[in-house]
This record gives sequence, structure tokens and C-alpha cells, in this order.
Amino acid sequence: MGDAIAVRDLVVDRGGRRVLDGISCTVARGAVTGLLGPSGSGKTTFMRAVVGVQVVTSGTITVLGQPAGAAALRHQVGYLTQAPSVYADLTVRENARYFAALHGRGRAEADRAISDVGLAGAAGQLVATLSGGQRSRASLACALVGDPELVILDEPTVGQDPVLRADLWARFHALAAAGTTLLVSSHVMDEAARCDRLLLIREGRLIADDSPAAIRAAAGVDDLDEAFLRLIRAGAARTGGAAS
Amino acid sequence: MNARILAATTGRILRQLRHDRRTIALLVAVPAVLLTLVYFMYADQPTPPGQPSTFDRIALVMLGIFPFVIMFLVTSIAMLRERTSGTLERLLTTPLGKLDLLFGYGIAFGLAAAVQAAVAAAVAYWIFDLDTAGSIALVIGIAVLDAVLGVALGLFCSAFARTEFQAVQFLPVVVVPQLLLCGLFVARDQMAGWLQALSDAFPLSYAIEALQEVGANAEPTGTMWRDVAVVLGSVVLALVLAAATLRRRSG
Repeated sequence: MGDAIAVRDLVVDRGGRRVLDGISCTVARGAVTGLLGPSGSGKTTFMRAVVGVQVVTSGTITVLGQPAGAAALRHQVGYLTQAPSVYADLTVRENARYFAALHGRGRAEADRAISDVGLAGAAGQLVATLSGGQRSRASLACALVGDPELVILDEPTVGQDPVLRADLWARFHALAAAGTTLLVSSHVMDEAARCDRLLLIREGRLIADDSPAAIRAAAGVDDLDEAFLRLIRAGAARTGGAAS
Repeated sequence: MNARILAATTGRILRQLRHDRRTIALLVAVPAVLLTLVYFMYADQPTPPGQPSTFDRIALVMLGIFPFVIMFLVTSIAMLRERTSGTLERLLTTPLGKLDLLFGYGIAFGLAAAVQAAVAAAVAYWIFDLDTAGSIALVIGIAVLDAVLGVALGLFCSAFARTEFQAVQFLPVVVVPQLLLCGLFVARDQMAGWLQALSDAFPLSYAIEALQEVGANAEPTGTMWRDVAVVLGSVVLALVLAAATLRRRSG
């Protein structure tokens, strides 16, 4: 089978600044991989590179056996952008049906995607009239509606209430159990514990790539937040404390 | 291109339009209101013997210019919204082809322009007694073609605008010179040579000449068909250029 995503020596420059600095990692199929890191660490750029919409300075990205951005991948990859990208002047249902149609799916699949994200009650509402959290779930429905093999979700649970967040994570795990690969970014550490595997990036570098349990064990603490802090400090100490 | 995706995209754009009742009202009513203005402007002007009245001359050209200008503006803004809302980037990660999107806009706004042109032509012919030698159907057909030309140029120009402020500036840059030199204000053969050359390079000049041919001749003329072909060619060229400026990858 191989990995869903294989990244080698990925370097990305944006606006004269090095945003990703030599990242190499793999993402296993049929699992939920968390992409963790503070705001501005390069999470979104990494995801854009995997989806194939980011101009890459150097390095290779293989997605489902093909170079990232290959035409065939557009049928297999679902992408949720950080800012909800749905049509504000259409209803939730009209949005879902349009993205379903692009993937060759019908109305039933669109309705299912809407109820999967808990928006069945608002399906007939214009997106412009939704709350921020509902809007981002409408966007999520459009990313999942094509039943993609690989789902890239950029901060899908921001602004959701705790019950909905738990529901969404249960949904992500159900998708993974059915064979879908998920790469989910977050800057909230309590979500990290819900992932099968974690990639932690900071200032464009990968500083951890392991299961949550292994990361806790390596750092010798139970709290993931504290574990990451120790990893970052250990990394800074190894590079001679040069980081300011 | 893919027929299913093209149809879904055209439907989606029309649905967006349908939710915006005020825009529909403006699209349909504004050309008719402006024609009314033109009618009363020229109501008391004497008509030179053996020539069409000034209103007939101006109104016929206006029937082509309104859809061109309005659809250029509407398209520039619509496409810019696709860019700034992130939907464009998302669309380009789906199986949608660039031409599906561009032709979707062309067809959807072309249909809207057909309604607009039909209403404007009905007002011009039946309320204000516009008189043309050729048929009203040809006038409406050419007006729709002008609208599609506006859409295609709008799609192409929106690639060069990052903000709404920039997008609206393309109206004076791209549209106004074509209006000035299309033969409405000064006959094209009476302009200085270099202006004529510019006029020859602008697609709107051919669109207006085609309408004038319909105004002066009972049957479609060879010049009219050539003009229609030139405008169609310009539409295709603008759409291909627009597709070339749509990048799936950005920095």
C-alpha cells in the first residue's frame, strides 16, 4: 500500500521568507494524523503544498503514489481551507450539491455530508446568515462530500462548541476506520491527544513525528502541552541555543 | 471540459444570481431606464431628411453597449469574489477544469444578458418605436454576443486585479476607450489614422458595426457576419487568455 503522503526535504519560501525548511515525513493510510504547531509555524503552507496549490522551492511530495497536485489526485483529495471557502450567497444545501456534482456525486450524498457535520437543520439557510462555526462546518461538508481517499483539514474545529467538536472527531475516526486518510491541523493541544500520530512543526521545521503516547514517554510527562514544550527546549539546546 | 461539471457550474452561478434579487432588478431595469433617458434627450431633435432619427441611431448602439459594460463589471467583481473568498483555490483542487469555470460564467451571464437584452429591445421597439431595417431577433442576438464579450474580457482582466478597487479601475481602462472609438461619437472613417487603427483593434467596434448593419439592411449582410465572427473570435481568445492566467499553484 505504501504511505498516503511522503514528503522529502520540502522547502517553501513565501514573500522572501523561508516558511518550511527541509521537512521530511510520511503520513500513514487509514489513520488520523495531527499537524500541530503554533500560528505561523507553517501548517497551512505544508497543507497547501500537499494539496498541490503551493509553489514549492525544493523537495518532493508524493500523494497516493503521485506527485502532489497531479490531475488524477483532484478526484481523490478533499481540502478544507482554514477560512471557510463556500459561497455565502448560496444555501448550505446548494453549496454541498455543487461540490458533490464536481465529484460526480448526487443529492443524497450532499444531504448526507450536511447531516454528518450537524447542519441538517440549517441546510436551507444562506451561508451568509450562518454563525462562524456553522460556516466552517458547511465548508467541511463540501470537503467531505466527494468521499475522498485523503482528506486535508486545516483547523476544522475552530469555533465549534465542545459537543460538536467531539462529534466531529468521532466522525474523523469513523472515516479513518473505513480506510480514509486524514491530515488535520490544529493549534489546540487537547486535540493532539485524539490523533493516531502527530507531526509537530515550529518555525518551519519538524520537531516531532510520533504517536501521542510515544511523545509523552520520550518527554517523560503525561501532559502533551508540557511534552511539546520540553521537545522545543531540547531542540533549542541542541542547536546551541542559537534561536532567539 | 466536462459537460456535467460545466452544467453544475453554470447552475451554481445562476443560483447565486437568483438569491440576489436586487441585482436581477438592476440588470433588467437599468438599460430600459437609460433608453428612456436617451429617448427624451433626442425627442425634440430634428431628423435630417433621408436619415435615421438620432434616437434610432443611438438607441440601437446602446442596445449593444449596455450588456457589454454591465456584464464586464458584474463578471470582474464575481471572479474577484471567487479569488478573495478562497472558493477559486478550492475549486482548482477539485476535478473542475479551468474552462468549465470560465465557460460556466460565460453561459450563465450570457443567459442573464439574453433576458436583459430582450427587455431592453422590447422597450426600445414597442414603447419608443425604434426602427431598424433588419430583424429584432438579430439585434438581441448581437446584444447577447456583446454581453458575452464583456464577460470574457471581465474574466481576463480580473486576473490582474487583487482588490475590488483595482477591479473597478479596469472599467475606464478597458471599456471606455472602446466606447469612445467604436464609432458612436465620431464615424470611424472620419477619425485620424492612428485612432482608426486603435478602433480596428478593439472588438467592441465590430460589435457596434454589426448592429449598425442590422439597422441599415433588411437582410443580414456579409459585413455583419464578418463582424460577428470577429467578436466571437475575440471572446474565445479572451477566454483562453483568462484560462492561461488561472494558476492552480500560487506562492
